[in-house]
Amino acid sequence: MCLEQYIIFTTYNNHVDVFSKIICMMFLYVHFSGARMVLLPRAPLASRCYSHSKVETDEEFDARWVTYFSKPDIDAWELKKGMNTLIGYDLVPEPKIVDSALRACRRLNDLASAIRILEAVKDKSGPHKDIYPYLIQELKPTLTELGISTPEELGMDKL
Amino acid sequence: MLHLKLGRVGCLLTRRAMVALTDSGARLSTHGHHEVSDQLDMSQPMYWDRLDTPLPDRPWKDVLDATDKSLKQKEKGPWSALSKEEKIALYRLKFNHTYPEMKRPSQEWKTVIGGMFIFFGITGLVVIWQSFYVYPPQPPTFGEDWQAKQVQRMLDMRINPIEGFSAKWDYEKKQWK
Repeated sequence: MCLEQYIIFTTYNNHVDVFSKIICMMFLYVHFSGARMVLLPRAPLASRCYSHSKVETDEEFDARWVTYFSKPDIDAWELKKGMNTLIGYDLVPEPKIVDSALRACRRLNDLASAIRILEAVKDKSGPHKDIYPYLIQELKPTLTELGISTPEELGMDKL
Repeated sequence: MLHLKLGRVGCLLTRRAMVALTDSGARLSTHGHHEVSDQLDMSQPMYWDRLDTPLPDRPWKDVLDATDKSLKQKEKGPWSALSKEEKIALYRLKFNHTYPEMKRPSQEWKTVIGGMFIFFGITGLVVIWQSFYVYPPQPPTFGEDWQAKQVQRMLDMRINPIEGFSAKWDYEKKQWK
């Protein structure tokens, strides 16, 4: 319990200094040694509070993002904003979205960002190690066409 | 690397200051950034290394010398014409740490756990000192003789004779059951 709390605590507290961490850890330890589970009241099945708006399908989502990055005169700010927002979502972008973003980098003459995007989607896959190789496999034609090297080819995936 | 140089013990306040200073990459970033004072200029676009924000507001190295500028020119052409070193150089111009470098483990947990134990230890010392200098003498009722006489008295009074205390005493054989 203590270890999980520490991992969660430190992951989301990058800018908390060490001293506060020590003190807070001690409080957590004391608190959780005496904690008990509280059962939350459950809503009855018939009246769940879901929103009634239309849910976007995966295809619509993908198409929207591909269109966003395909803008011919996309500028650097839009690329940054798009990528940062996309990485903020709880998903790994489809190869076609990444392809569109890489082409946007090409239009902006920005190789560094292209490599950064590949690193970012690898990081998004988290523990699922098979997503990134699939992504690279799907993107191989584009990478060769545009001359983008993957971080692995440049030796930047190691410390 | 700073926290490895400073010792774990007693340097927490210095470390705190160090961490605060090195936290934003922007301050340590490019040469040529004219800081008005020691404070970070928050009105300018900032650089940061964050896993969830791959493309920060400005590049790592703003002020490019001649070689960098020529490399940037070359970047406008086909990227397959760039060598691996040039591609790495372009990356390093725009970004400070790679993702693996951002995610590298720090040894901070040792400091945190060590600090916790130090504080527990200090508390322990305080508790021991207390037991010698603060607590009044133990009441006589804690002594061995007193306890023995107390038990005998309770048995004589037949405390809880059915299911409790005296029920466990065998009055015939004068021993515990």
